[in-house]
Amino acid sequence: MSERITTLSDATFDEHVKASETPVLVDFWAEWCGPCKLISPVLEEIAEEQSGKVQIAKLNIDENLDVTRRYEVMSIPTLILFKDGEPRARIVGARGKAQLVQELSEYL
Amino acid sequence: MPERRDVVILGSGPAGLTAAVYTARANLRPLVVEGEPSSTSDQPGGQLMLTMEVENYPGFVEGILGPELMQRFRDQAERFGAEYVTRKATRVDLSRRPFGVWTGDPEGDPDVEARALIVATGARSLMLGVPGEDRLLGHGVSTCATCDGFFFRDQPIVVVGGGDSALEEALFLTRFASEVTLVHRRKELRASKIMQDRAFANEKISFRWDSVVTEVLGDTKVSSVGLRNVVTGEEEAMDVTGMFVAIGHEPNTALFAGQLDRLENGYLRTYEGSRTNVHGVFACGDVQDHVYRQAVTAAGSGCMAAIDAERFLEALGDE
Repeated sequence: MSERITTLSDATFDEHVKASETPVLVDFWAEWCGPCKLISPVLEEIAEEQSGKVQIAKLNIDENLDVTRRYEVMSIPTLILFKDGEPRARIVGARGKAQLVQELSEYL
Repeated sequence: MPERRDVVILGSGPAGLTAAVYTARANLRPLVVEGEPSSTSDQPGGQLMLTMEVENYPGFVEGILGPELMQRFRDQAERFGAEYVTRKATRVDLSRRPFGVWTGDPEGDPDVEARALIVATGARSLMLGVPGEDRLLGHGVSTCATCDGFFFRDQPIVVVGGGDSALEEALFLTRFASEVTLVHRRKELRASKIMQDRAFANEKISFRWDSVVTEVLGDTKVSSVGLRNVVTGEEEAMDVTGMFVAIGHEPNTALFAGQLDRLENGYLRTYEGSRTNVHGVFACGDVQDHVYRQAVTAAGSGCMAAIDAERFLEALGDE
């Protein structure tokens, strides 16, 4: 995995997302989810190309139920964009890169 | 000038990737237009990306996870020189040779030209099309039981459908849900005997026969579904937090409208093996198979298409 992508947990989530000066896109995922695997390379490319504009982070829902429940994630992959610690946009389901970048563009 | 290839393959499920293994081993350096990520079956790897355990693919004694099986297909074709573009085809022109294939802007020159084209675009799952379904997608309405079953621990849910996929989903979801109600529009299932036996034996699964879902209700997430008995006309609401739909598939053929012959039910028509009505275009897998629709039959027909394409190219010579 790209070193630009941060792995979050229930313990580190709040501090990381609130402290970040750039928006953080959190990928709620799990090992058993086929579509989650497909968007991993897409997110890695975005992390490289949009570096400085957005941070990409991953949260394994299987191991981090608190944060998963708090944001009422009910389907994976779910991507939530946090700005100033607050959720601003939510994308449910996998997307191709072009579409994902377009959906995020107004927030970046 | 667009890049020219001997073989372009549209689709990357078992059919497309088997065609890729065979044509790559024949040194034809196939380009696989594998599709784009999505949470429906219309994604690289195809329908198996949304399944858990595949128990009936020969050679895997203990079963194998769908996504893992597809990764192996992909790696195997890549090993022999297959190349991938992670995009969807947006247009094809089969009226000229080499055939034109567009993977971005459908105007202007094609992105790639193909001397032979293998169509393996598969089929996608149908949704119900009832009020509330779209709005609550991802908020209790799910297209992927294996992805989302986890979120319905100790909660009541419905599965809609009566075939093998509906029963597979229902059985899988009993690992999480408190109860699973299978809603089916007829009073008997069309699923295979072994799946029916497993479902009937499972205490968590109950059946609502002769019934259809009329709407999905809930503010920000699913709270109930409306049911109607199609025999008595009786309507009721059932409290559930999740709905999984497995009512069948339709072939992905829109790209070929007016160019390739279709059967009345919309599937591509093939003649003598994998040939279509256009010389040099071959079809395999679920886009042309409305009868068997198995991973192994798709793979088998992908092999047929590869061999047919190879022979076609041989006969073509340097043309």
